[in-house]
Order: sequence, then C-alpha cells, then structure tokens
Amino acid sequence: MSFKDKTDAVSVVGEELSPELDLALREFRQSVHAWSEAAYSQPRTAVATGRRKQVWRLAAGWALSGVLIAGVVSTGVWEHHRQEMRMAAARVAEYERLAAEQRNQQARQEDEDLLAKVDSDVSRGVPSAMEPLAQMMAEDEAK
Amino acid sequence: MAAGTALEAMTMATAQEIAAEEFSAVVTKHRPQIFRFLLSSTRDVDLAETLTQECFLKAHRHWGSFRGESSAMTWLMRIAINLQKDHWRNRRLQFWRKTRTNAVELDEASDWLPSGERSVEQQLLARERVAQVGKSVEGLSERQRTVFLLRYVEELELSEIARATGLNEGTVKAHLSRALARVRGELGGKR
Repeated sequence: MSFKDKTDAVSVVGEELSPELDLALREFRQSVHAWSEAAYSQPRTAVATGRRKQVWRLAAGWALSGVLIAGVVSTGVWEHHRQEMRMAAARVAEYERLAAEQRNQQARQEDEDLLAKVDSDVSRGVPSAMEPLAQMMAEDEAK
Repeated sequence: MAAGTALEAMTMATAQEIAAEEFSAVVTKHRPQIFRFLLSSTRDVDLAETLTQECFLKAHRHWGSFRGESSAMTWLMRIAINLQKDHWRNRRLQFWRKTRTNAVELDEASDWLPSGERSVEQQLLARERVAQVGKSVEGLSERQRTVFLLRYVEELELSEIARATGLNEGTVKAHLSRALARVRGELGGKR
C-alpha cells in the first residue's frame, strides 16, 4: 500500500482507516518529507562551514608556523648578536688590559730610570761633600 | 609465484575499488531516506545529521560483512534504528538535559506542508492536523514510534520493518496497531 497518490482506507494492520485519519497521515508524511528535504540541504552548508573552518585552521597553522619560524630565527640572530657583543667586549677588555700593562711597565721603567739617575747624582756628589769632614778628621789626627 | 602474488594484489585492489564504488552508490541512494527517518525520530536537524553520518560510517566499516541477505536500505535502517536507540538511552541517563537546544518541535514540521491548491483555511486545518499527529507520535513509546514512522513516513512494508527492527511481523503489526489507535484517538479527541 502506498500513500503517494492513493488514500486506501485499509491500513496494513487490517484496520479500516477513516478518511480523516488517512488524510492526516498523508499530510504528516508530506510535511516530514518536505521538512527533511529542506533540512537535508543544511548539512551541505555545514560541510562548507567545515571546509571554511579547515581553511581558517590551515591559515592559522601557517601563521603560527610563521610566527614560530620568525621567533626561532630572531632568537638565533639575537643570540649571535649577543655573542658578537660579548666577543667585542672581551677584545676591548684585553686591549685595555694590555694598554694598562704597557702603561704600568712604562711607569716602572721611568721610576727606575729616575732612581738610577738620583743614585748616580748622589754617588757623584758625596765625595766632594765629604771632603771638609775628611779634612777635619785629618787635622784632629795631626794634633 | 611472484606473478601470482601480483595478480592477487591486483584482484584485491580491484575488489576494493568495486566495493568502494558500490558503497558510494548506496550512500547517494539512501542517505536522504536515512536522514529523513532520523530527523522524524529525533526532531533535531543537527542530531539527525550526526546520526546519519555515524550510520554511514558504521556501514562503511562493516560493508565487507554485508551479505545482501536484506536490502541495503533495510540494513542501513537497522543501523540507524540502533544508533537512535542508543541516543535515547543516553538521553534517558542524562535526564537532567531536558532542554533540546537545536530541537525543533514536530509542530514546526507542519510549516513545511506543501500548500498545493488548498485555500488558506484548508492549509491552516492541515497544519493543525499535522501538528496533532506529531504530538501523538511524540507520545508513543520508542518502539511504537519507530514502527509508525517506518510505516507511515518511510512507507516500508511490514516485512521490511520487521527486518529493520529485528522484530517479527506479528510484533510489528501489534505495535503499529497500538500506535495507530493512539493517533486516531488523539485526532478524534481533537475534533
């Protein structure tokens, strides 16, 4: 028995279907079919939304990857820059240390030269300075 | 020996391709009907779509074991009925989830009633009748509702309903008779 275009008054269970019930069942079936057909197109929209979501997810993935790569690269560059700076600072410190050492050595040399000069001046001056004293000592001995 | 293995592999690949094509044809042919049955059972478009997808996923997994003893539609309907049953069981457990966010009352299905060549008054009356049948169907037991929808919406034969539900024809008849009596009674009470 089909409800498509005929309203048989007997149901499959062997009971008489009143025209009212038959009509109501037919209308019910038609409405469910129409509703379903209309709703059936909705999942396709949902699939499209899903695809859109996928595209967004893909784009977000790429963006995140980009950010990560940029982060890794910039960290590397920054680390390299810091290392360069550290090496330059070490070079400057070494240069300054050498310069200071040289300065100290020069100063020590100057001091030594000065002392040597003073010593020689003193050694040269003492004999003449001692002369009157030596004379006095010689006179005392004669007496 | 190697040639034999290669031939076997090719045969298997061909068989798989054929099975995939067959299954694809089954999906195209029966998806709307399965969706419609689940929609009328659950009255929730999103849920009906989810269950339809699950139904075909399950069918795909077990496609190899489908022996063709019943029609593909009956087999799919059986899977859909079981999924729907599981859903109601879960719903019963989650009794506190009373509100259905996306559910559409079956009354709204009456909005989709084709107008045909009826007058406005006739259309209103028809909408009222559809809403009344919907309400009656909602009040049926799960089994009665399934049998009723398979018969009066999906227009399956008693034998097909019996195969899809796993009941014998006599039981199907009894459920259908009770469901019909209830709908008739409520429609009669309305008038």
